[in-house]
Amino acid sequence: MKKLFLIMLIGATFGACGPDKPKQTSENEDADSYENIHGSEGGNAVAANADDGKGIGQVTEVTLNTPLEQERIGRGKAIYEMKCQACHRLDNQRVVGPGWKEVTKRRKPEWIMNMVTNVDVMLDKDAEAQKLLELCLTRMPNQNVSIGDARDVLEFMRQNDGEK
Amino acid sequence: MKTIHKLMSGVAIACVTFAIYSCKPAGPDKALTGDAASKAYVAPGKYDEFYNIVSGGFNGQIGIYGLPSGRLFKIIPVFSTFPENGYGYSEESKPMLNTSNGFVPWDDLHHISLSTTNGEHDGRWAFANGNNTPRVARIDLKTFKTVEILELPNSGGNHSSPYITENTEYVVASTRFSIPIGDNTDVPISSYKENFKGTVSFIKVDTSGHMKIAFQLVTPGVNFDLARAGKGPSHGWFFFSCYNTEQAYTLLEVNASQKDKDFIMAVNWKKAEEYIQAGKGKTTKARYAHNIHHEETHSATSTILQEVLQLDPAELKDIIYFIPCPKSPHGCDVDPSGEYIVGSGKLAALIPVFSFNKIQQAITNKEFEGEFAGLPVIKYESALYGEVTKPGLGPLHTEFDGNGNAYTSFFVSSEIVKWNIKDLKVLDRVPTYYSIGHLCVPGGPTRKPHGKYVIAYNKITKDRYLPTGPELTQSAQLYDISGEKMKLILDFPTTGEPHYAEAIPAEMLMPKSRKIYRLEDNQHPYVAKGEGQTKVERKGNEVHVYMTAIRSHLTPDNIEGIKQGDDVYFHVTNLEQDWDVPHGFAIKGANNAEILIMPGETQTLKWKADRTGVFPYYCTDFCSALHQEMQGYARVSAPGNNVPIKYSTGKTEDPTSGAGQ
Ligand code: HEC
Ligand SMILES: [Cu+2]
Repeated sequence: MKKLFLIMLIGATFGACGPDKPKQTSENEDADSYENIHGSEGGNAVAANADDGKGIGQVTEVTLNTPLEQERIGRGKAIYEMKCQACHRLDNQRVVGPGWKEVTKRRKPEWIMNMVTNVDVMLDKDAEAQKLLELCLTRMPNQNVSIGDARDVLEFMRQNDGEK
Repeated sequence: MKTIHKLMSGVAIACVTFAIYSCKPAGPDKALTGDAASKAYVAPGKYDEFYNIVSGGFNGQIGIYGLPSGRLFKIIPVFSTFPENGYGYSEESKPMLNTSNGFVPWDDLHHISLSTTNGEHDGRWAFANGNNTPRVARIDLKTFKTVEILELPNSGGNHSSPYITENTEYVVASTRFSIPIGDNTDVPISSYKENFKGTVSFIKVDTSGHMKIAFQLVTPGVNFDLARAGKGPSHGWFFFSCYNTEQAYTLLEVNASQKDKDFIMAVNWKKAEEYIQAGKGKTTKARYAHNIHHEETHSATSTILQEVLQLDPAELKDIIYFIPCPKSPHGCDVDPSGEYIVGSGKLAALIPVFSFNKIQQAITNKEFEGEFAGLPVIKYESALYGEVTKPGLGPLHTEFDGNGNAYTSFFVSSEIVKWNIKDLKVLDRVPTYYSIGHLCVPGGPTRKPHGKYVIAYNKITKDRYLPTGPELTQSAQLYDISGEKMKLILDFPTTGEPHYAEAIPAEMLMPKSRKIYRLEDNQHPYVAKGEGQTKVERKGNEVHVYMTAIRSHLTPDNIEGIKQGDDVYFHVTNLEQDWDVPHGFAIKGANNAEILIMPGETQTLKWKADRTGVFPYYCTDFCSALHQEMQGYARVSAPGNNVPIKYSTGKTEDPTSGAGQ
């Protein structure tokens, strides 16, 4: 009886003095009310089927035209120089990220645009993007590129790959 | 069996003893109730409900805390240099601390005012005062950055500041110390009564937040302590607590505590505006700095202004009225309805509550008891709504919860007292640890308080935390006021010495919080928008390096052609456009600090090349797995040594070393 009392006392003392532990674990599961505010820009995008090679993000269908659209190329090049060139070369040499030579041959246009506009989700969920991360070991940043801008960069990449 | 028993009790006693010594603060802790911890607990990954924007006193900074957790999120340097991010050290931010006294890298920051529209928080800006070299600062609540500082001429110490009118039309700042102003300031100290004047600056705030002194009221020499604007029915009026109405100039401790009553000064500022519009202001010579941080160029400019418009209320009697208030009032707080003005006389044993309506009637009926320095003094009884009797010792400051209750801090008796504004009855009291100064109810000074908590900002810490030698952290306490009784739920340490603070709901600021600076919008004169624009230029004995930073390299990372004696300016642009990827920049032997560069931003560190050699520079903010590789070399040659300017990244001349490309 006495022993029981002592044990209870130990318990009570520790209970009162232990470091604060999360008490209502269930509360942790609540969706947090600010999620959509701080989530990545493309965070609310519909997840496309990861197996179709188009990646994950808002871009599900891209129409490519020939001949190339010259205006897009000009804008795409300017974005490249400001926001991408520090990490991507135009040949096949890897610097921080892979060189862009042949990238439009390796990847579907939708995948490229999703990679650029929804990079956080791609690096967390897309198997191909994850392989690249394992290789490069630096996370490609979200460079705050709109879908329209990404389309322009894609056109610039096509030109870099020799399309006319 | 018996031995085990004994052993067990031994362990138990040891545990209990240990528990008592390790857990119980030595001070009184009776106010703590059982569910306190869960009320202040914010689970990992969860957000706090309020931002608490807390003055840092003698550190010249503002601390941003979460409530109810008390967690510290950010320190905003305002009037003090901050080597941690380069504020006051980078070329861009140096002008922010310019004054008519030159570069002043420190000040004493006491009070916060959050901008309001219709008397309610609008989440645009925080204003803060610099006491010592009189200044008012504006902090942008999108970037949590100091974006403007205005010096105040003719002020002896900017304590009664900054207080804002209902729609942030004006930020008002009055001097703590009266001083001789005007053309002849070289006068005997003993000529206080005759020559010393107070000033109240009305600073106009435009829609973009920019400040300009619209006019100054010149008042009789007294000390101004705190103030509040009227609101609702009393909008158009302003109330200031004054002490030292004895006009003492020595041993104020005794000589400024002679009278039973000092004053609350009521100012009809709409009237003052009319006089200004009618051309009754007098332009006088002054010298003061106006510093603005420009968002587009990421740089501050400082302009010295030469004149200020003044109104002499002695000529304009219907602007200022004095109301007697017992004794050496500190707080002077207007309730959410705008009708009641609470004076907190720090040497008084009661709290007078004045009625705005009665003040107006007293003015109309000329119920004056006399004059002070030629200005009318309203009869105490004519202005008084009633007194809270025996509330405690040393009332300092009062805030409101929006349910008809007031909360007053008592420095001498170390407590918060809750009382009802209508019937003036004391409802509850709780101890604070120790010697509370200001207190804060979220939204407490607005027309619509958010309520829920009251926070005590204490002056004495003593035994509340693990001791750290003679100098201790400061202590704040959080009380739940959602029930009838106030309940202590948390102690949290604060940096500097917090004086006043405000709290605002998280949802008012969070959605607007800035994440990056867009590279497209960067108009810094030395920006490099991409590595293609990086370069090194010589202009006489200045060398300008247009550098970029991106994980995980700096461009250029090899620089040659710098000469001993050159001033080298590293203009570093962070090419990242992702939230929370700052880079830092530091170079060996720099006499200033590092700089932190936010995504899309350009910042400049000046470095004197005072000796020859090769000097490493590197990124100081851990940015990626290859952060430790983010480095470069600058070579400094003797003046006679003809090394041309040369710079590169990723170029190896000797194939046996480097990347071997
Ligand atoms: C800080 C360096 C950095 C910047 C800047 C950067 N990237 Fe990347 N990028 C990477 C890395 C690293 C990878 C590989 C995946 C990983 O590790 O995250 C990558 C991968 C890619 C890929 C996939 C390449 C392939 O071979 O499949 C594309 C496409 C791409 N980036 C486009 C861009 C575009 C467009 C921009 C400019 C708007 C850009 N990147 C800016 C670092 C960068
Ligand atoms: Cu870095």
